[in-house]
Amino acid sequence: MNRRRLLPFVPMATLVLMLGPVLAGLWGTILPAFGQLSAAGLHGPSLDPFRMVFATPGIWQSIRLSVTTGLLSALLSLGIVILIFAGWSGTRSFRLLERLLSPFLAVPHAAAAFGLAFLIAPSGWIARLLSPWATGWGRPPDWLIVQDPWGLCMVAGLTLKEMPFLLLMTLAAVGQTDAIRSMAVAQALGYGRVSGWIKTVLPRVYPQIRLPVYVVLAYAMSVVDVAIILGPSTPAPLSVLIVRWMGDPDLALRLRAAAGALVQFGLVVMALGLWRMGEAAVGYFGSMWLYHGKRGRYDLVGRSFGLVLGGISALAILGGLVVLAVWSFAGFWGFPDLLPAELTLTNWTRHSAGIAQALTETALIASAATIISLVLALGCLEAEYRHGLRIGSRGLWLLYLPLVIPQTAFLPGLQTLMLGFGVTSGQGAVILAHVVFVLPYVFLSLGDPFRAWDAKMGVIAAALGAGPDRVLWAVRLPMLLRPVLTAVAVGIAVSVGQYLPTLLIGGGRVATLTTEAVALASGGDRRAIAVYGLMQTGAALIPFALALLVPALVWRNRRGLRHG
Amino acid sequence: MKRLALLAALLAPLSALADPKPADWDSVLAEARGQTVYWDAWGGSTTTNDFIAWVGEQVMADYGVTLEHVKLTDTADAVTRVLSEKQAGQNDKGAIDMIWINGANFASMKEAGLLFGPFAEQLPNWAFVDTEGKTVQTDFTVPVEGYESPWAMAQVVFMYDTARLDTPLGSMTALLDLSVAHPGRFTYPQPPDFLGTTFLKQALVDLLPDPTVLSEPASDANYDAVTAPLWAYLDKLTPTLWRQGKAYPATGPAQLQLIADGEVDLAISFSPGEATAAIANNQLPDTVRTFVLDKGTIGNASFVAIPYNSGAKAGAMVVANFLLSPASQARAQDPNILGYGTVLAMDKLSAPDRAAFDSLDLGIATLTPDQLGSVQAEPHPSWMTRIAEDWAKRYGVAQ
Repeated sequence: MNRRRLLPFVPMATLVLMLGPVLAGLWGTILPAFGQLSAAGLHGPSLDPFRMVFATPGIWQSIRLSVTTGLLSALLSLGIVILIFAGWSGTRSFRLLERLLSPFLAVPHAAAAFGLAFLIAPSGWIARLLSPWATGWGRPPDWLIVQDPWGLCMVAGLTLKEMPFLLLMTLAAVGQTDAIRSMAVAQALGYGRVSGWIKTVLPRVYPQIRLPVYVVLAYAMSVVDVAIILGPSTPAPLSVLIVRWMGDPDLALRLRAAAGALVQFGLVVMALGLWRMGEAAVGYFGSMWLYHGKRGRYDLVGRSFGLVLGGISALAILGGLVVLAVWSFAGFWGFPDLLPAELTLTNWTRHSAGIAQALTETALIASAATIISLVLALGCLEAEYRHGLRIGSRGLWLLYLPLVIPQTAFLPGLQTLMLGFGVTSGQGAVILAHVVFVLPYVFLSLGDPFRAWDAKMGVIAAALGAGPDRVLWAVRLPMLLRPVLTAVAVGIAVSVGQYLPTLLIGGGRVATLTTEAVALASGGDRRAIAVYGLMQTGAALIPFALALLVPALVWRNRRGLRHG
Repeated sequence: MKRLALLAALLAPLSALADPKPADWDSVLAEARGQTVYWDAWGGSTTTNDFIAWVGEQVMADYGVTLEHVKLTDTADAVTRVLSEKQAGQNDKGAIDMIWINGANFASMKEAGLLFGPFAEQLPNWAFVDTEGKTVQTDFTVPVEGYESPWAMAQVVFMYDTARLDTPLGSMTALLDLSVAHPGRFTYPQPPDFLGTTFLKQALVDLLPDPTVLSEPASDANYDAVTAPLWAYLDKLTPTLWRQGKAYPATGPAQLQLIADGEVDLAISFSPGEATAAIANNQLPDTVRTFVLDKGTIGNASFVAIPYNSGAKAGAMVVANFLLSPASQARAQDPNILGYGTVLAMDKLSAPDRAAFDSLDLGIATLTPDQLGSVQAEPHPSWMTRIAEDWAKRYGVAQ
């Protein structure tokens, strides 16, 4: 059989497809960063591009912003997740928070950022709720909240969005530790909930969520869309500058963009190193703290913090989505009116044609990228099962590589390379670029349930005369319907949210809901932003709903499979 | 015989690749049918996007041309794209067929030989264009020479909310006085956004006793002296701006939201009809009106240009010609649609076409052509490049 001969090569092909564009893109960034852009008749090596980067007005502020916003939002989201788990795991409040927060994983960054901006701006919903009766404001105060020069608003937006991701990753990791019994022992010894969890469970959980935490850190340091919407502009964070330089007609700026991208890459590597040292320090002092055997006096404070911050985050995203919904139906809506003067369908009818087009494009790209990723992930896992081609912890690093290397570091290079080779950008190229980011998530989401499948089923099926292919198609995949659909939903959500790969690799010609929404954001038309933001959220959330619904319907008379 | 066949075979692809001749309009129409035109135009304004979609429906119905609007956040992106394609040797079937362009972007594309043309003055509807009264043959002092076709006139106006600000202002100095007296009520889009740089130009033109010096390229000899009044002005204005100049709206339309939210009282616009259109779209309160400065304000034309490597030049010319048609121009001028000024001369139109313009109700917040007063010429682009750079150094990094 052909397939049997092909299968062992799937893992290699997957790695090439996933890492090839990343490495090629990095190469395409390194060359112009040192002055080599033969397409433009420029030949290096030269350090001028770096000199240009550091001659940019306010560049150090931009660099500092990248580092501080990244570290701060990673710390905050991790901290809140730890407090939620430590203080509340196993309780009803925990299940409520988990249920509230996990769907937000699918809310695209841009939509969440818009929602937050509408909520907390001086003329936003919270201010309107309190005005003028409580504040006396007839007009909004001149306060710098959104786009503050310290990037705090951007940190808030990133934290909101990264927390659900870390929450789900931690949830998966906790399942593999002996958390319940550890906690029982710790509590029997008189430890409080929070200190008990941090002392006994966290040390075993953290190594498993380390890579996701690194992803969050790297992402937050190099994010573009959230930075455009919530971040400062005098000056803007480094990632925004890089994308702006990329788009300048002056080719010298292309070199500056490449050099800036390498600086960004270096910053991320440094921040990761710093984080790693922080881990060691926390480990060292943590074990001293552990040996002290203090039972934890501030347990209640920690617990309350976790619940309050988690609750605020859930409310902020939810409130943001509600306010988006209101804006999408709003007639004129001045300050300090709590609600629009009239509700209208005009905003929706007016954008319906554009949305229909963008939605089709989004759906096409997302399904293609997800199907490719799913086939490759299943191929890898099946090869692992049949031929024992297991990826170790080093392989896991490779899987995370496209997520840890900042997008701004290799996508511009990839675009320049593609142009150099005369590859026309378009849908196909965008789909392949999306696979780079979709595949790791699909693989991570599918890997554990696939491996956890009871191999005895395979033995029984084989004993009944089924070949390995039939076992896969007739037994294993049907039993794994729910995790497979969940992986598909994750893949689609990731693809829907991609901004930079679509923009740069698509050459501006590929218009998805996300690129349209961010383009509209520059125009500041809240009604249009709301309509596109909601559609974007829907496109990412509906697959999740289906992933829950379909197995429930298909297995309505197979109780054992419903939770598989 | 054999040689002839070879020659024919060699020539065949050449003739297929040859550019359409705008003078032979029938062949342009024939070639355009079935082509897809990718029009790269700024996509941040819903009204403009709707208008472009309408143009697409019309050219599809009338000429069989498919129009795809590529929504840009910055026109420079399109310029980069064509430039990169030229460097990569992609001299045919480029990604872009038409660009909404003017000013510095046009100057750099024309200079780099990235544009197809001349074609504009051979378009059939060029006969209606007002070449005397409107700046359609120079673009920011750069001669157009048929390398781009005009489709809308723009002039700087200021929008203000009469519910919060009683009287219009007559000069940039009056604006400064207002901002000093009531801090936080004015801002402008952050340069290098084009409306932001327009504000800087408008300020400079209004502050200089004699702005004619700006029509020549800036030189090291006169730049500092000429721009000194602008920097003195901005040094006083910036601390009194909305958010003390630590944050700026990203674009022009972002200012509309600020007025609607009551965050600022007035804002600059480059489209006399924008306020009326925004009121109709619920984006502005109906108390907003517009004014121009006593000495007049800057005006210029918006153009469309065709990249040299477009694969649909005939289709693009058909669209450019359609944009100049009286029907399209009247629709663009309708404040309920777009509110852009027309580039056509009323006395060159037929009576029914003229009637279509006359019957337009310009709307509550739009000034009549008389009220718009005299138009100030755009400075040479070299001024703007240097001023935008200096602005970034001085004010782009908030303390």
